[in-house]
Amino acid sequence: MVQPLAYLKETASQTAGPYVHIGLMPRQAGFEVFKNNFGEAMLGPKTKGERIIIEGQVIDGAGAPLRDALIEIWQANAAGRYNHPADRQNMPIDEDFRGWGRASCDFESGRYRFRTIKPGAVVGRRGRPMAPHVNLWIVARGINIGLSTRMYFSDEEVANAADPVLNIIEPPSRRKTLIGQRQMRDQDVLYTFDIHLQGEQETVFFDV
Amino acid sequence: MHRESEFFQRDRTIHPPAFTPAYKTSVLRSPRLPLLSLQNSLSEVTGPMFGAHELGPLDNDLILNYAKDGEAIGQRIIVHGRLKDESGAGLANTLVEFWQANAGGRYRHNNDHYLAPLDPNFGGCGRTITGADGAYAFRTIKPGPYPWRNFVNSWRPAHIHFSLFGTGFAQRLITQMYFEGDPLLVHDPMFGMIPDREAAGRLVAPIDLNATVPLDTLAYRFDIVLRGRRATLFENKLQGN
Repeated sequence: MVQPLAYLKETASQTAGPYVHIGLMPRQAGFEVFKNNFGEAMLGPKTKGERIIIEGQVIDGAGAPLRDALIEIWQANAAGRYNHPADRQNMPIDEDFRGWGRASCDFESGRYRFRTIKPGAVVGRRGRPMAPHVNLWIVARGINIGLSTRMYFSDEEVANAADPVLNIIEPPSRRKTLIGQRQMRDQDVLYTFDIHLQGEQETVFFDV
Repeated sequence: MHRESEFFQRDRTIHPPAFTPAYKTSVLRSPRLPLLSLQNSLSEVTGPMFGAHELGPLDNDLILNYAKDGEAIGQRIIVHGRLKDESGAGLANTLVEFWQANAGGRYRHNNDHYLAPLDPNFGGCGRTITGADGAYAFRTIKPGPYPWRNFVNSWRPAHIHFSLFGTGFAQRLITQMYFEGDPLLVHDPMFGMIPDREAAGRLVAPIDLNATVPLDTLAYRFDIVLRGRRATLFENKLQGN
């Protein structure tokens, strides 16, 4: 005989379904109900850091963009600190930046867009710095459990080459699936980041 | 609570796999390569925080929060429970969001064209922040079942969608609550594709007569468990300092 280990079990995931917008982005579903719509605007007037746009599509195994997916991002501020008590790095909190946003893919084009700031580098395990990155979580009809991935920045080649997460991805040719490509569009700094659910360019997803 | 520590490894045997052919949409939307297992860093153990002051007074009352010229139509219910982690600790001050169809099985969504009518007084979404012990509650009407395009004759059992944050982004979870006694459950591919039948059963909320408002509102209890965090019995340096 042995003592029971009395841990509870995590609640099982179920798909967010085609109408996830009702709960998480009701204005996208077509109606107004909350005064304060969470996640739509990530930036305040005093948010510190380089303004950027992250834009792309989520692409299925037939090469078609998902038009009903919802994406959340979670990121550090421009100094490389997360707005959360577990982050005890000696860096300033930005009171005007929660570091979290959610966006829906457009019902026609499938494009999603975040207006945010470029995060700073955050310390990783055993003190190794991680290259600047944003964490993404993707849910949709047909996705049974939310998918976790990261976007790194194409203009951080040196930091990316030393990043402890990118470096464990095998084969190395898959690392590029996590790099957002920087370009200028009019006056905006734009990073393009397409997420491939299947196929030769399948994005690296994490079991975190 | 060990807010700075790593999460227990997720037990994927209790979750539906990504590729479930009986749910046809999953076929083209499921990753085919193995997920890359990642030891937690600050990026996973931290996550967005929300405060009760950010919510409106009716955000947790779906009978009233979209009422235009009357109350929402349907069976009045309270849904309540506790949000805990795998260690059994209540998760306080964390955001819970929920959405559902109306009593006729119709969603208020630009893309839902089911012939059942919209209820002019029902939006179908709400949210709340858990209390000090992880408790939450909201009031709504019981959603109706509805047909969906999977097989020609596929019907979803009545359900309410839940979105949970917990205290770290790696705890993020979306699930669905079902209702005790629903005869459609055994025909539902979403419910059926959960590989562990006990885990599936934990998505079915029982009637809770102790939480009703007599002569007014029926109640269901739905407890939710998010991933636990490792106790830092020995130093496990995430931040290297």
